[in-house]
Amino acid sequence: MTDSKKITSIIKEIGNVIQKEKDFLTELDSFIGDADHGINMARGFKEVEKKLPGLEDKDVGTILKTVGMTLVSTVGGASGPLYGTAFMKAGMAIGAKNDIDGDDFITALNAAVEGIKMRGKSHEGEKTMLDALIPALNTIKNVYEENKDFKAALEQGVKAAEEGVEYTKTIIATKGQAILVKEALDIKIPVRHLHI
Amino acid sequence: MVGIVIVSHSNKLAQGVMELAKMMAADAPVAAAGGLEDGSFGTSYEKIDTAIDSVYSDDGVVILMDMGSAVMTAEMVIENMPNKKIQMIDCPLVEGAVVAAIASSSNQSMGEVINEAKNAAKESKL
Repeated sequence: MTDSKKITSIIKEIGNVIQKEKDFLTELDSFIGDADHGINMARGFKEVEKKLPGLEDKDVGTILKTVGMTLVSTVGGASGPLYGTAFMKAGMAIGAKNDIDGDDFITALNAAVEGIKMRGKSHEGEKTMLDALIPALNTIKNVYEENKDFKAALEQGVKAAEEGVEYTKTIIATKGQAILVKEALDIKIPVRHLHI
Repeated sequence: MVGIVIVSHSNKLAQGVMELAKMMAADAPVAAAGGLEDGSFGTSYEKIDTAIDSVYSDDGVVILMDMGSAVMTAEMVIENMPNKKIQMIDCPLVEGAVVAAIASSSNQSMGEVINEAKNAAKESKL
């Protein structure tokens, strides 16, 4: 079981990684985007961090919804509504619980992925974050259902997400600014994986 | 009169489109929601929220936006105002804003304002 305090510390750690990798995220976005992804995400998570101490005693649904709303209000680019919707939908799916287990996490991740699909009017195979998230979700679900080992499920999920990232290098973008660069496939983007 | 909200990544662009629309139809309730609070590029949930409130009446509000996050952020603001009469219009920002402002100031209905703005996409310039 994971309680509210632990959830806020995990979100803080996500923010730390984003701050640390801010320049790298912006660099990725400079190949075929408008070179502001790292700056935008770092701004959003800095505001999230300010709110976390006041959220430690709130239920998990409220924490996730507040994080989502803060990202929507402060990120400014397309990642704001996308990540914001993901966190808000995850929060709504979990509701007023103070502890969550593996099944709750899967329910929340599923709601987050559905939220991103809805907000971005997108689906798998369009060279978006969904190509990492959907395989991760499916793997976590399958592994956890099989043996109820959540740590193993997460590890396998991360691996599936990484494979998803590799897969995006082989397909052509049909969503977002990347579609403006038809030859995007030939641009050698140095993707590496951020581990939380 | 139907309220008109201009959403853009750029504060100057949103302000400029609003000024142009107001020049053509001074009475039309038009509000701009451009850029982020600190003046940088992006779309702000709060700015869109405030702009809608500033021009809202029972006649409704239409939103015209540039692209990407402007569309998604406007969508989220509307979802959080379920009881209000608000609609986004898929049209060219400048031309759409001008014809929407003229239609609104002539007391046309929300449906008529939307049609006028959508038709602006079909006008050929050359």
